[in-house]
Amino acid sequence: MSLPERQTDIGPPHYEKFLPPIVKKNYGKWAYHEVLTPGTMVHVAEGGDKLYTVRVGSPRILSTDTIREICDLAEKYCDGYLRFTTRNNVEFLLSDQKKVDPLLAELKAKKYSVGGIGPRISNIVHTQGWVHCHSACTDASGLVKAIMDELHDYFTTKALPNKVRLAVACCVNMCGAVHCSDIAVVAIHRKVPVIDDVNVGKMCEIPTTVASCPTSAIRPNPKTKSITINEEKCMYCGNCFTVCPPIEIHNPEQDGVAIVVGGKVGSLRTNPKFSKLAIPYIPNEPPRWPSTVAAIKNILDVYAANAKKHERVGEWIERVGWEDFFKLTGIPFTFQHIDDFTFMRDTMRNSAAFKY
Amino acid sequence: MGGKYKTPMLDELEKGPWPSFVTEIKKAAKRTQMADDELGQVEKSYVTKRGYWKHGGIVGVLGYGGGVIGRYSSLPDEFPGIAHFHTVRLNQPSGFFYTAEALRMIMDIWDKYGSGLTNMHGSTGDLVLLGTTTENLEPLFAEYSSRGWDLGGSGSAMRTPSCCVGQARCEWACIDTMNICNEVTQYYQDQLHRPSFPYKFKIKVAGCACDCVAAIARADLSIIGTWKDNIRIDQAEVKKYADAGMNIQAEIIDMCPTDCMSYDGKTMKINDVQCNRCMHCIAKMTKALKQGKVKGATLLVGSKAPIVVGSLLSWVVVPFIELKAPFDNLKDLADKMIEWWDDNAKPRERIGELIEVKGMRPFLEAIEMPPVPQQVREPRKDPFFFWSESDFN
Repeated sequence: MSLPERQTDIGPPHYEKFLPPIVKKNYGKWAYHEVLTPGTMVHVAEGGDKLYTVRVGSPRILSTDTIREICDLAEKYCDGYLRFTTRNNVEFLLSDQKKVDPLLAELKAKKYSVGGIGPRISNIVHTQGWVHCHSACTDASGLVKAIMDELHDYFTTKALPNKVRLAVACCVNMCGAVHCSDIAVVAIHRKVPVIDDVNVGKMCEIPTTVASCPTSAIRPNPKTKSITINEEKCMYCGNCFTVCPPIEIHNPEQDGVAIVVGGKVGSLRTNPKFSKLAIPYIPNEPPRWPSTVAAIKNILDVYAANAKKHERVGEWIERVGWEDFFKLTGIPFTFQHIDDFTFMRDTMRNSAAFKY
Repeated sequence: MGGKYKTPMLDELEKGPWPSFVTEIKKAAKRTQMADDELGQVEKSYVTKRGYWKHGGIVGVLGYGGGVIGRYSSLPDEFPGIAHFHTVRLNQPSGFFYTAEALRMIMDIWDKYGSGLTNMHGSTGDLVLLGTTTENLEPLFAEYSSRGWDLGGSGSAMRTPSCCVGQARCEWACIDTMNICNEVTQYYQDQLHRPSFPYKFKIKVAGCACDCVAAIARADLSIIGTWKDNIRIDQAEVKKYADAGMNIQAEIIDMCPTDCMSYDGKTMKINDVQCNRCMHCIAKMTKALKQGKVKGATLLVGSKAPIVVGSLLSWVVVPFIELKAPFDNLKDLADKMIEWWDDNAKPRERIGELIEVKGMRPFLEAIEMPPVPQQVREPRKDPFFFWSESDFN
């Protein structure tokens, strides 16, 4: 079998090859857009041209079969043009309004989830999990599926005070914007890693391993040609495991997930914010993580009932105060909530004014 | 093929209205042993609550040091189909636009060489092909690259830049995000394919402060569109929003962070000198309010996830820069940032962490930017500060 001649350093194909003619014509000349339904919007150009977008959810892991089916739909209704969003939704791009309803009907018949536009939940940004990652301490795809099943109405129909951006990270490396999401799940370890001295000596660079620890808990152990870990200093981040696999951080019965809330990336109204700890630990409960799903639903319900229109989760919490957040959600406040890592100076209260 | 494993745990995740990743793996498992063994291993993870993947090994294509992430099952005897299960990152086109024709070509080649599973897309932005063997990498790369598709970045390298949809379909994009993204991707091909940096370096381009690509949280260099002059108001359209039931006082005026707007029921006024360009009013009244016409970008640096000593959001370093193709001023600044970082950082140290260690001054001097108040929320609180010789002249 002869192969075509390879090329190097050509970079990605130029995006212009993939733009629908209406987009090429009106590039940089869009006047406004309107959200028509939770899954459709129209962008109107200065000259009056209208581009319709139909958004559907995706599990991000897609088989080639499903991608071909999406291509069939794009060819049937959109002259073959489509795009993906930064949150892994699929967007069908239509220049002919008459084709919008037939596309929606076919999507409904094929059981696609249409939605995610406007003040509601969009797709959950997430990581690889047990499907494909060595450092995962939960399964991201399974959590996403279970959460989105529970919150499905907030994707397809129901409105919220503002958009709510959810994320799931299967370890603290956080390959996704978990640290700045409205509500996010991050999987954590809670036990000091177990050191396989023989293999550490064989496989790892000791200085790199020592340097990998953010709390200086790791020291070289010349006797064993391995390392020791100061148990009082270890915060179970797993960075040593990343650089030195024989330092086993995984502990299936003690690993689990934390829930963080109140982050955002936009500068609208208030500055971008980090997510902060709401719940320090929920056990891993495959296949459907019922306690985690219920905890997220509770936070979302309390936000929906209490936030003003246009307030994001973090803006609502800052207005009412974290003491009210814990009271309204019924989430217990623990030692884990008080920062003893890098942000203590910023996060302790230095004022005699607060609520009960 | 397919059906080699009973998967009662994963079958639970085919129930419910949201599309199921399990159904996707099962579809691929009908055609490839890789996907079927993947299904079996993931089911095992659901029972034992742990993963079975080894750390990535060094695999790749000739002449490149990245773009492929080595992945091996730790149970190759039990799941031989995924003894090798490497990830291939294909560099996505800017803005994630595709034609059905192009996607079908990508899928046909992937079915020939891989598991039939993909991620559309990975967190950084690449089109991710999940699961192939070492011996398939060269032929797969020849097939893709000969058709105009290249690999993305991995390891201690320039990572695949990404951007929001920008001017292709958004009235708020102050800069041509897709063109900028494509230009910097092409400019940094060598650094993208041959890891030679202290650690990863990510670039993301957002058209406005809504930041739909999370540039401020996820990029070492965050490029965010903005403007300098006055917001343009269409009073007739303002009235239409009011007539349609919008409570302009509560939803717009009272939510303005700088208290620079007023509305008396007839006329909306903005004291533009006080406006901080947050985008709230424009985003909520897109027909009535438009950004000014002097457009450009704010450049921020340093954001990253928590490993190692805590998360960072990017810091403003260049409050305003005009960005016109071919964006030589941006490339020049990015080169200076990277050169300073490359000269000074320890291995696995991101640029934000290095700035924390060395201080903002040497970084700003390296990129030849003066100190300006827009860079800080507030000046320092302590009386300890450095003086250099140049300060006495």
